[in-house]
Amino acid sequence: MRLLRRIGFWLALGLFAIFSIFPAAWMVITSFKQDQDLYNVANNPFKYNLAPTLHNISFLFTGTHYPIFLWNSFYIGVIVVIITLLLSLPAAYSLSRLVGRWGERSGMAIFLVYLIPPTLLFIPLYQIVTFLKTANTDWSLVLVYPTITVPFCTWLLLGFFKSMPRELEEAALIDGCSRWQTFLRVALPLSLPGIATCVVFAFALSLSDYIYAAVFVSSTASRTVSAGVPTELIRGDIYYWQSLMAAAAIVAIPLAVAYGLLFDRLVKGFQNEPAGEKAG
Amino acid sequence: MATLELRGIKKHFGSIHAVDGVDLTIAEGEFLAILGPSGCGKSTLMRMIAGLETPSAGEVLIGGQPVTHLPPRARNVSMVFQSYALYPHMVVADNIAFPLKARHVPRAEREAKVKWAAALLGIEPLLKRRPARLSGGEKQKVALARALVRNPTLFIFDEPLSSLDAQVRAMARSELRQLHDRSGITTVYVTHDQLEALGMGDRIAIMKNGRVRQVGTPQQLYDQPADTFVASFLGTPPMNLLERDGRIVGFRPEYLRPASASAAGADALRLKVRIIELEFLGAEWQVYGQLENGATGQKLLAKAQPAVAAGLRVGEQHEFAVAGAHLRYFDSATGLRIANGAH
Repeated sequence: MRLLRRIGFWLALGLFAIFSIFPAAWMVITSFKQDQDLYNVANNPFKYNLAPTLHNISFLFTGTHYPIFLWNSFYIGVIVVIITLLLSLPAAYSLSRLVGRWGERSGMAIFLVYLIPPTLLFIPLYQIVTFLKTANTDWSLVLVYPTITVPFCTWLLLGFFKSMPRELEEAALIDGCSRWQTFLRVALPLSLPGIATCVVFAFALSLSDYIYAAVFVSSTASRTVSAGVPTELIRGDIYYWQSLMAAAAIVAIPLAVAYGLLFDRLVKGFQNEPAGEKAG
Repeated sequence: MATLELRGIKKHFGSIHAVDGVDLTIAEGEFLAILGPSGCGKSTLMRMIAGLETPSAGEVLIGGQPVTHLPPRARNVSMVFQSYALYPHMVVADNIAFPLKARHVPRAEREAKVKWAAALLGIEPLLKRRPARLSGGEKQKVALARALVRNPTLFIFDEPLSSLDAQVRAMARSELRQLHDRSGITTVYVTHDQLEALGMGDRIAIMKNGRVRQVGTPQQLYDQPADTFVASFLGTPPMNLLERDGRIVGFRPEYLRPASASAAGADALRLKVRIIELEFLGAEWQVYGQLENGATGQKLLAKAQPAVAAGLRVGEQHEFAVAGAHLRYFDSATGLRIANGAH
């Protein structure tokens, strides 16, 4: 009976694992396929009928702007993360310490902003972006992404700071800290899981956004991976399938690994559980 | 080490007068317990002493210096919180060293001080642990060490024993008092537990509705309560209070004895009491009675030695007496104490 239960458990787990990994595995397999292998309908799509090749990947890095897209995505993401933290940390902290119900209400209002879909916002935002003379540069994205990340992260951190006992900060004040030192030495370290969640969220969002990246930036050299890859690798009706898959896998797999490693912290972040609270 | 002086302290939150004009002077090295029911303003008063709240009116002086508008860090006051408020992201040693770090004390001195405080409280084996892995009693000691380590001018305790088990609490009470006696630091101890206040305080200030009702030594408060609130708040069980001739007369349960067993003189108060219930408390019995003459039906409490209690049965009516010296009189309108015998 116990053996049967164990077999059932592992069977279910195995099936689910195969189900989850299937798209990623197919993506990776396809990346290394030769054209003749891929386009022959008689071939099994999940194995190499002809020898695998690195040609698609070298084409991606030498025949397209992919390295530039990668770099753009990376540094835009980093700047967005920095802007997000610089704005949402102080905002969330002060809102959480506001006396009365206004703190909570403003938190809700800020979160509502996050719920407005980008498809509604991109036209008015385009006017702002042109007004600021950043249209067609990657700075437009650096400016626009925080409109999504700041509200969300402020709301997330707000819950975090709220769940932090006020007495801890009062103890720090009495122990000789100023307000600012209290924030740095007590509030910030305790909200690390929340901050980690914000970092991942903001970075992943700027990496995965398509609509703003496609609309605000048209020059190839300033595009990000998500908008640049489809325009470069789908030429008319020709799809460079293997390079497309490789381009996606190169971004997605490291991110998936990072998510996996940070998973516990991220869950804690969403549960508003301050660091160090649980017994080690 | 310093004196603490509160002059006309008031604190209003909107229309709520949390603290409504408190004057208190605490001598150097004194242990003052502030006792009151929850919501009496004692916590707000304590927060104003610590600098966590600014009074709406009045002045706080520490060591003769006005500190009313100084932030907490400029007051050199230590506080032990009810929840201990240990920093969960630091090990015990760093928790204790935190106030020194905030004051930029050099590392070597810091380490020596932490060792000294840990040794004093017997928590050296815990120094590398995180607060989450400590018991309630251990947390309390760490909080004490953190408060002690920087040689404060004033100690403030906010119900530091209320989250401990009853057994640990009695030990902690005497340890705390010994610690005070050794360090000689002026201490303000806020509590709603009269056992703590009576047992530890040099003096007790009893608060209700934002005002101090009486300040005095535990004996003074117990024997000479200033009003009916103090009389009924202090003591387990509290004072018996009866309406008599337009006044309120009060007496402690231990002085209410069967007339046959008491040597009460002519000035004694004599009462006919029907016994409702007898409770065995170990060293003594608690007698629940009902008044049969005068304000009929009024409940009374008496404490009786086993030899006396042996002569009592539930349902019986007995004459009880209280010696005149143990009677206290209060004005029935204001509740304030009036001198014995004055009509």
